[in-house]
Amino acid sequence: MNVVICVKQIPDPAAPGELDPNTNNLKRDSKLIMDDSDSYGVEMGLQLAESSGGGEVTLVSMAPNSETSGLRTALAMGAGKALLISDEALAGSDALSTAKVLAATIKKAQPDLIIAATESSDGYTGTTPVQLAEILGLPAVTFAKKISVEGSSIKVERQTEAGYDEVSCPLPAVVTVTAGVVEPRYPNFKGIMAAKSKPVEEFKVSDLGLSADEVGNTGARQVVFEVIAAEARQAGEKIVDEGEAHKDIISFLEKLKLI
Amino acid sequence: MSISKIWVLAETADSKPTSITLELLTFARGLNATVEAIGWGEGAESAAAEIGNFGATAFNVVTDVNDSLPGVPVAGAIANAVSSGNGPDLLLIGATYDGRDIAARLSAKLNLPVLTNVTGLEQSGEGIIAHHSIFGGTQIAKTKFTTDSTPQIFVVRAKTFTAEAAGGAAATVNTLTAGDLGAVNAAKIVSRHVEERSGPKLDEADVVVSGGRGLSDKANYSLIEELAKLLKGAPGASRAIVDAGWVPYSYQVGQTGKTVKPTVYLACGISGATQHLVGMKNAKNIIAINKDPEAPIFSVADLGIVGDAQKVLPKLIEELKARA
Repeated sequence: MNVVICVKQIPDPAAPGELDPNTNNLKRDSKLIMDDSDSYGVEMGLQLAESSGGGEVTLVSMAPNSETSGLRTALAMGAGKALLISDEALAGSDALSTAKVLAATIKKAQPDLIIAATESSDGYTGTTPVQLAEILGLPAVTFAKKISVEGSSIKVERQTEAGYDEVSCPLPAVVTVTAGVVEPRYPNFKGIMAAKSKPVEEFKVSDLGLSADEVGNTGARQVVFEVIAAEARQAGEKIVDEGEAHKDIISFLEKLKLI
Repeated sequence: MSISKIWVLAETADSKPTSITLELLTFARGLNATVEAIGWGEGAESAAAEIGNFGATAFNVVTDVNDSLPGVPVAGAIANAVSSGNGPDLLLIGATYDGRDIAARLSAKLNLPVLTNVTGLEQSGEGIIAHHSIFGGTQIAKTKFTTDSTPQIFVVRAKTFTAEAAGGAAATVNTLTAGDLGAVNAAKIVSRHVEERSGPKLDEADVVVSGGRGLSDKANYSLIEELAKLLKGAPGASRAIVDAGWVPYSYQVGQTGKTVKPTVYLACGISGATQHLVGMKNAKNIIAINKDPEAPIFSVADLGIVGDAQKVLPKLIEELKARA
């Protein structure tokens, strides 16, 4: 079974985010790393490919400046190769344009299963995987807690408000994976070394049969036109616990008539 | 552009509209346009009275969802309405599991942009402006569409608006169909599993007790559940412990999780990363327990306890039990 895993390379979430003052786009010009949210999909993809008797595991990523450091992390975990789309024309792309780019690239890999996170940690729009499923004409099962392959279909436990639904879906299909459902492996030394020589094929927008006005700021058809400060919240009382602080919580809750 | 017809995605649970549905209807009816709801499923009609009470004149029910995941057929039925000229100018969708599926499917199907994670909407001379809470809720980004194509699709986070009944008559029920959608509609629900979770839902609870890494161990999360139960609240979690697999994604409060706005929010062993603050900063009252006196959570807490949640929580639980 061939698996494609969508990987987003994002600015380090530990560093404070910043908007470009001219475009109000999130600045993505620093070194990028693999979004932690994608590590679950990578692990899931590797496990499913292994358990179904092998197959290619291909990463797909769209990133500025031919960035590969996040891809190398996923290659070190065990993915076989990566397809990277990097083009100045893509700056400012919205979720739908991103989905068009990823869909056109994924077609080249002809996968049986496409895995993505439910949303990225930086933009967290959360629509790209299902948009790309629609563009590819594929079914999607979102918010997966568990996936198993059964012949030419998958069985998925999908998160719901009340619990979960067991969903059956024929392949090829798109699945989004929720965080924490598998334990991502740490790349070992051998994996890290091997990742350095694994193929990363790079594409431009023109290689994908897309026109430049479908992507980037023009293709987005939406704009951040203003950024204002939110109403700040004032910090209240701070108490150091010396064994009795629970009483302060009790009296706080009493004042609110909650107990 | 002028807006003359609004559709609000109406989700139902136990034949009642969900709270996000009522919040969106309340906002929509203030916009001087025809407000209708769009929903699906057997028994959805029984929600028509409540949907009308919150301001919708009609409830359009998609009747052929059957055992499909709703995203594809509901988006398909909306697209059918749009192509026959009966679609809305504005479509308001709650940021729920199915709402997000429907918005994304429809966006790609109609080749229309979508604005998500909306935490405020306002009407201006140039159309609808959306607010998005960014960088831990310290800033608000204002966005708008630059195309006149309709419907304009907004995916709105829970608790953005306060639901208030309008006292309207029951909504007239119309039926819509998706028709045969082919391969995209192949994901089918085989069985539904309800996980027993006593107490209120996380995003509707008056009290939310959340735990984070400071609890040290998965087993200590039981303290959070016990305290939540004693306070008739809901247990929540930081992203860190969801990522670690201690609790499912549905417990997560924050940017990539749920937005909550309870009367009181107790953050136990949560440092208060921007990721988390976005989801709970608008709670009416915040109590935080954390060992690190410099933890960012204290900058938003009305009552901050510098201490070990693993020591404070058992005493708090004991005291509350003694009073019960």
